[in-house]
Amino acid sequence: MNTVPWLTILGAVPLVGSAVVALLPKGRDLIAKQVALVFSLATLALTIVVALQFDGGSSQPFQFIESVPWIPAFGISYGLGVDGIGLVLIALAATLVPVVILAGWRDVEDTPDARGSVKGYFALILALETTMIGVFAATDVFLFYVFFEVMLVPTYFLIGRYGGPQRSYAAVKFLLYSLLGGLFMLAAMIGLYVVSAQGGQGTFNWFDLAGMDIDPTTQKMLFLGFFFAFAIKAPLWPFHTWLPDAAGAAKPGTAVLLIGVLDKVGTFGMIRYCLPIFPAASEFYAPVIIALALVGLFYGAFVALGQGDMKRLFAYSSMSHFGLIVLGIFVFTTIGQSGSVVYMVAHGLSTAALFLAAGFLMQRNRGSSLIADYSGVNKAAPVLAGFFLFGALATLALPGLVSFIGEFMVLLGSFQRFLWVGAIATLGIVITAAYALRLYQRTMTGPVGPGLEGIGDLRGREITALMPVVALTILLGLYPAPVLNVVNPAIDNVMSSIGATDPAPVLGSTGTSSEGTEQ
Amino acid sequence: MEQIMPATGAFSLIWVLIALPLAGAAVLLLGGRMTNKWGPYLGVLTVVGSAALGVVMLLQMMGLPAEDRSIQQVAYRWVFADGLSVDMAFRLDQLSMVFVLLITIVGSLIHVYSLGYMEHDPDRRKFFGYLNLFVAAMLLLVLANNYLLLYVGWEGVGLASYLLIGFWQVKPSAAAAAKKAFIINRVGDVGLGLAIMVMFVTFGSVTFADVFGQASAASEGTLTAIGLLLLLAACGKSAQFPLQAWLLDAMEGPTPVSALIHAATMVTAGVYLIVRSNAIFDRAVWAATAVVVVGLITVFMGAIIGSAKDDIKKSLAGSTMSQIGYMITAAGLGPIGYVFAIFHLLTHGVFKAGLFLGAGSVMHGMNDGVNMRRYGALRKVMVITTITFFIGYLAIIGIPPFAGFWSKDEIIHAAFEKGPVIGALLILGAGITGFYMSRMVAMTFFGKARWEDDVHPHESKAVMTIPLIILAIGSTVLGMALLFWGHIEEWLEPVTGIATAPSPLSTAATIGISLAFVIVGASIGWIMYLRREVPITAPRGSLLTRAARRDLYGDDVNEVLVVRPSYWLSRVLVWFDRAWVDGFVNGIAAFVGGFSGRLRRYQSGFARSYALSMVGGAVLVVLALLLVRLS
Repeated sequence: MNTVPWLTILGAVPLVGSAVVALLPKGRDLIAKQVALVFSLATLALTIVVALQFDGGSSQPFQFIESVPWIPAFGISYGLGVDGIGLVLIALAATLVPVVILAGWRDVEDTPDARGSVKGYFALILALETTMIGVFAATDVFLFYVFFEVMLVPTYFLIGRYGGPQRSYAAVKFLLYSLLGGLFMLAAMIGLYVVSAQGGQGTFNWFDLAGMDIDPTTQKMLFLGFFFAFAIKAPLWPFHTWLPDAAGAAKPGTAVLLIGVLDKVGTFGMIRYCLPIFPAASEFYAPVIIALALVGLFYGAFVALGQGDMKRLFAYSSMSHFGLIVLGIFVFTTIGQSGSVVYMVAHGLSTAALFLAAGFLMQRNRGSSLIADYSGVNKAAPVLAGFFLFGALATLALPGLVSFIGEFMVLLGSFQRFLWVGAIATLGIVITAAYALRLYQRTMTGPVGPGLEGIGDLRGREITALMPVVALTILLGLYPAPVLNVVNPAIDNVMSSIGATDPAPVLGSTGTSSEGTEQ
Repeated sequence: MEQIMPATGAFSLIWVLIALPLAGAAVLLLGGRMTNKWGPYLGVLTVVGSAALGVVMLLQMMGLPAEDRSIQQVAYRWVFADGLSVDMAFRLDQLSMVFVLLITIVGSLIHVYSLGYMEHDPDRRKFFGYLNLFVAAMLLLVLANNYLLLYVGWEGVGLASYLLIGFWQVKPSAAAAAKKAFIINRVGDVGLGLAIMVMFVTFGSVTFADVFGQASAASEGTLTAIGLLLLLAACGKSAQFPLQAWLLDAMEGPTPVSALIHAATMVTAGVYLIVRSNAIFDRAVWAATAVVVVGLITVFMGAIIGSAKDDIKKSLAGSTMSQIGYMITAAGLGPIGYVFAIFHLLTHGVFKAGLFLGAGSVMHGMNDGVNMRRYGALRKVMVITTITFFIGYLAIIGIPPFAGFWSKDEIIHAAFEKGPVIGALLILGAGITGFYMSRMVAMTFFGKARWEDDVHPHESKAVMTIPLIILAIGSTVLGMALLFWGHIEEWLEPVTGIATAPSPLSTAATIGISLAFVIVGASIGWIMYLRREVPITAPRGSLLTRAARRDLYGDDVNEVLVVRPSYWLSRVLVWFDRAWVDGFVNGIAAFVGGFSGRLRRYQSGFARSYALSMVGGAVLVVLALLLVRLS
């Protein structure tokens, strides 16, 4: 046990920042931005401090544990703690927030009909960061639920106040859809509490719940409540239609946080809550979920192939990738689940690279996200085109980039369990390449399109925002150990909590000897 | 069981071989405009540095006994989870050694040549950056000690190829060709990816040492599956039937790229993959047979396309397909053929690079024109290019003592050891090679000048002709040098194994017959294209000629079978998603929210949509469920 409540501090810093920014006098926009950036960077620095203290080799999967009774009557506590999975997702959020702040430096000014102020925009982003940290750090189901729902508020305003033409429709759709999912989760959570109370004192404590032995029939019912909420959040086919609207209406920065981090709450929830608390139900539903994941993988990819709007294309591409992540979780292999977590991080980074580069482009052309409005950008803005291509390559999981590590591990883990599922999912890499490169071809190559000759190339601020994302994508692709070292023990824990074991290689001896030691 | 030695001496620098050009690429691509001036020279230097290091390693390796020549260097643990552990680790053995030398030495020459060829291109810094990236990736491909790391190199060269084919991406045709190359290669990558997965679930490891060491314990069905999947990968990268359609379009790239990537090195990666995996193919008869069949089909497809094209680069590209077909065929022959597949790969790497650079030199003097019908009589104005190209010509058609003679003859001989039909077909292929290459040389350098009005051909500068001369010397002596001085068979034997079988034809008879076919083919070519003046507009041609001009309908087949159905499906799903899935959701919202007015507007036919969408969704789910159940 540590004495410093690191996670509380970590969550509080952006919240304080948000309050400071919001309380700044009107009209001091530059200061608001600078303060927001400083707070986001401070959060990132703190995250690094926490991550460095995290001991991947420890026998304790959860570290930095805090627990304070909150509503003792219902066994609700303010409980925080992270395992490797929570840690890397918090790190992802903490990395992307300063990136998004820097990238969105002039977002509000460039939206003439925005209904909110500059400081409001950045205050909302920081507030959102607090809820993201909270949701990944909560070890009390009720606390998790609170963060899960509160998170909707800043997101709703970010879309509804600062988004594009369709923003009201998109924001309401996002909110209603999420609330519906939350409602089911709430019901299931109450059910879970009732079940836990049968053995004496009821609790929302994750550690107690994960250790409970709930009878399979009850599990099957409660599982669905949680899963439905997560499937909407992720989103899994066919609960996805809010995402293209939301991503299409949101500012690129908001969309990056929405797709890159918020949607991960869904897949994170599956691996943290559905699996360990309802192992029997997870096993029972796995075939259906794998089927939905596969359908989503291909469905998203094919719809992305036919999209005429870049932002919607990114949304469908993400939906396809969420299919892959969910697949990796529900094949119940160590490699698949580790791969899913790596892919969650990788997808956050690749989404940021592609969406922000596209955002910089759209900003230069009256905000149009129509692919048909662009052509030959590479000639006019080669640096922008270069980052855009990098984003496309990260999306198609080019080997050498971190998305490849995640994707390949998921495919391998799936193949290990269900040969044909893995084999069919692998075919997806062709369609992914097709839509990613087709997008690049149509927008960036060929003769320069009308009205695009004069668009300037990326400026220092924009390059600065993109560089960390690019660097991390490459570095973690070549050296994924910082992620794998903390994620793998957490996955071992998940695997043992659901009682799953990996299929052994056909030829007995396991190949841990990667060196060719046989003489 | 093979012995794997730790990396000592110069071998401790194996990683530097890759790191040098990679650093060059990073500096050139990230350095921005300030590197414009000296960047290209840095690009050349990094590759020359790797080449020098490669030579030092060769010398050190030659000093070792044959069984100690497999060197391993482990950098760090790369991808791991319970039961999975893959290192960032390199393996330098006799096979990767010859590849390192081919890549870095030919790569150096082509880098130097590009200094002249790309002199006036505004983006030449980027060009050299991509070229460096390619060299680094290709070295990684051949130096990886496991299949997953090989995959990184495999896609890395694909990326470099994509970037360089589309180097002049302002041209829509170049951008389209680049995308096509990448996507077709991705189909091959599915094969490689799945092969790695099968290996992992079978052997629990993906390192060469573990896979090959346990191969004998695996079932033949498994090995056949791995072999066929690897073949699919090889078909993509090496432009073999049925994934050949991208290579001809790839000629949109600058000519040095065609020489280095699409002739000498990258496209031969498929041959490397198969020969490297000999432990698999030796135990999978059907997979090996499939390799031979694919190779033979491509020998003829390439040769026929090469015979019909008027574009000098596309004709050479057809020739490359065909020559790689020879290598693939040889690789499919098993231990009888592995070393000769590599032997031909090396000689071809040199003479085909020379031919492509020669074509580039011609184009340089012809305002980038590629149409051989507008060439002619260039021997009078481009003496060095003509002589070096002619040497390359003699090498590729297999006239003794030029390089291609030795390597092609060995393949034909090995083919006869396996089966007379294979051997006979390869001899026939050699005849067609004689034809199309003679046609090319006759149309380009001989006959009357058919130049366009504003074209004033001239010999290229020394920076371009010197690489041509060096490659011409290589095309002359490399065959003999490798065979008689380098003892290529003994050199590779510890990696690939070697075997001989009695042949129905004596060596002398094989040589005699194949030379006769070559001479007949060549004579037809010379007579057809020298006796009469070459018409400037192509005659209509026979059915076969017309088919060959359309790449034997490769694109049309892809279009009908894959591209159009994909876009059709994509459009249907876009519509389905908007009208039905989203419509369903909004419909529910409408019900729940009681937006009766809105509902009324949608009402006609809405219920039907629900029903259909639910049926559609249910069918999908059931199908997917069946899939899970089946496995």
